[in-house]
Amino acid sequence: MWKTLRQIGRTGIVTEPPPASDDTLRIAGALQSRILDVLGRALCIRAVDAGSCNGCELEIHALNNPLYNIESLGIRFVASPRHADLLLITGPVAKNMELALRRTYDAAPDPKLVVAIGDCGCTGGIFGESYASCGRVSNVIPVDVAVPGCPPSPHQILSGILTAISRVNLKPRAS
Amino acid sequence: MALQRWFDRAVRQSGGGAIAGAPKTWGLTVVRDEWRQAAEHMAVHGGRLLSLWASRDDNGDDVVRAAYTALPGVLVLSLPLTNIDYPSIEQWFPAANRMQRAVADLSGLRATDSDARPWLRHAAWPAGFHPLIHINTPPSPAVPAIDDYAFVPVAGDGVHEIPVGPVHAGIIEPGHFRFSVVGEKVLRLEERLGYVHKGIERRFGELPMLGGHRLAARVSGDSAVAFSWAYCQALEGMASANLPPRVAWLRALALELERLANHLGDLGAIGNDAGFAFGLAQFSRLKEQLLRASERALGQRYLMDFVVPGGTRADLSSAGALMLFEATESIAAEVDALRTIYDEHAGLRDRFVGAGVVTPALAARLGLTGLAGRASGQAFDLRCDLPCDPYGTLAPTKAVRAEGDVAARVAVRFDEAAESTRLMQRILSQLPAGLHHAAISIPDEGASGGGMIEGWRGPVFLALEAGAGGVIRRCHPHDPSWHNWPVIEHAIIDNIVPDFPLINKSFNLSYSGHDL
Repeated sequence: MWKTLRQIGRTGIVTEPPPASDDTLRIAGALQSRILDVLGRALCIRAVDAGSCNGCELEIHALNNPLYNIESLGIRFVASPRHADLLLITGPVAKNMELALRRTYDAAPDPKLVVAIGDCGCTGGIFGESYASCGRVSNVIPVDVAVPGCPPSPHQILSGILTAISRVNLKPRAS
Repeated sequence: MALQRWFDRAVRQSGGGAIAGAPKTWGLTVVRDEWRQAAEHMAVHGGRLLSLWASRDDNGDDVVRAAYTALPGVLVLSLPLTNIDYPSIEQWFPAANRMQRAVADLSGLRATDSDARPWLRHAAWPAGFHPLIHINTPPSPAVPAIDDYAFVPVAGDGVHEIPVGPVHAGIIEPGHFRFSVVGEKVLRLEERLGYVHKGIERRFGELPMLGGHRLAARVSGDSAVAFSWAYCQALEGMASANLPPRVAWLRALALELERLANHLGDLGAIGNDAGFAFGLAQFSRLKEQLLRASERALGQRYLMDFVVPGGTRADLSSAGALMLFEATESIAAEVDALRTIYDEHAGLRDRFVGAGVVTPALAARLGLTGLAGRASGQAFDLRCDLPCDPYGTLAPTKAVRAEGDVAARVAVRFDEAAESTRLMQRILSQLPAGLHHAAISIPDEGASGGGMIEGWRGPVFLALEAGAGGVIRRCHPHDPSWHNWPVIEHAIIDNIVPDFPLINKSFNLSYSGHDL
């Protein structure tokens, strides 16, 4: 136990402070206040892999590490679309996932935001459209923001989430 | 030795020439009886099935192929078909079941005496359409149809089913798990995969030979280096390319970096699934440090298109090498400290030890491979057993355990993470000078080759055939998850449902690499 505590003490808090001079982190700060303005509580995200190669998932995971520490910004990933304000969709939409994606979209309460992640989510990427792929996410469900990159960095994903939040006028929920 | 006979025949048949690309690989064309006989000999004498796939030859005739690894090397058997069926090898290699069903879905060729259920085909296209042989794609239904898959029913007092997925309650790839349980105890698990099938094999046939590495890198994003290297190994062998020595060393650096990054991610996630959030926080911090070092030294956090035909996309400066050396040194020291914490943590030991056991005997029978195989006594690692450059020089130490439980899979990861840092440091200090890239020619139409790289999850195999006009005729990428997914169905038996995420994560198999 003492080794665990010592390790915690030695590591300290590694979450990067949001100085105004750092563009990427300024995004994070702005995001936090915007979320509070709009929702008055945490932004709940449901991630759905609709056919990705798993590359984008790795960078979405990174948002939860102590350096990006996305929960400290008031954003958390939830286990059900019914709890979600925003759907984060990766991949070209595999035809075998089309139904599951539509159902997930329908299960998320209105108003909802959709952010497509990665080159594949934006355009279908290298997989394109085929007998097995519907291509870009917006071919299947309405998309508010598309974040290119293969995979996009955690900062780019964060920035996409901010863009979605600032572009759409979500009404605050009744508390 | 019975196996040697097959290899001798292969050498005679090909006039001594090996299949281009992968080390110690020979091809042999056989007839139906020999197809089964070879499978039996391989199974009895310790050979392992590497992959099974189908392609069409120059005359438009179908050929089914199976690659086996054994002590002498790799043997690729080709069975030309006169009609659409061929002998199943499932009785010797259970993992062949799903590969044969995938061949039936994609190429319309059926194995005898096997499960006739579709595997990669759900409801999005009709049964008569085989994407690797039919050119015209049938129209998709306006409303996606529901996949009506015949799960094996389990009946009895108090037995009930828990369906999970395809969309899972985390940031994970999609797949469906059907648990038959009594109370908390799992009687049976049946997997339904194929949800992220996006037509990769057909897509390869539309790409130029010199551009296929980009798609290979995206077969499974966490194994980008392994797949793109396997692709380039096959391609460069076919083109008889002579590459500067620096190329292989830089690729090995990238491969070990990929292995280390994945192991760090998994070690944290496995700890988290056992209720130790501290582990996730610590290991994800170390992984982020490694990815940032990778970005500074090689230009990318994830090395998606680092391996390119003829070399690597970027070179490594001496300053970059020094920085990467220091980063791995500090990460290795921290991983070492964390290993002690994991080993001494009573709560973790309680969850890890004895969970999801795959005994060495079962692992051998089912063909468990790669990292998970080595945790169950299957001491096979391409880097040691069939090394390509520079692994012969690097001589990695194989990490092997016999317990076959979550604890063993964690221990193998710790051992391999330490070994990868050692290999990276050796590469960084002995990197040969010279160019990191050479021009290569486009292989002639009809040329074929293979690539074989030990990715972090296990052996990645890729078969490549050149078509006319510099376009790929056929490319079959094979992820070790094909072999290991069926084994999870056994590993979970008699465990409790709440241990499934932990057991599943301890394997951490690819959905995309399997679904293609």
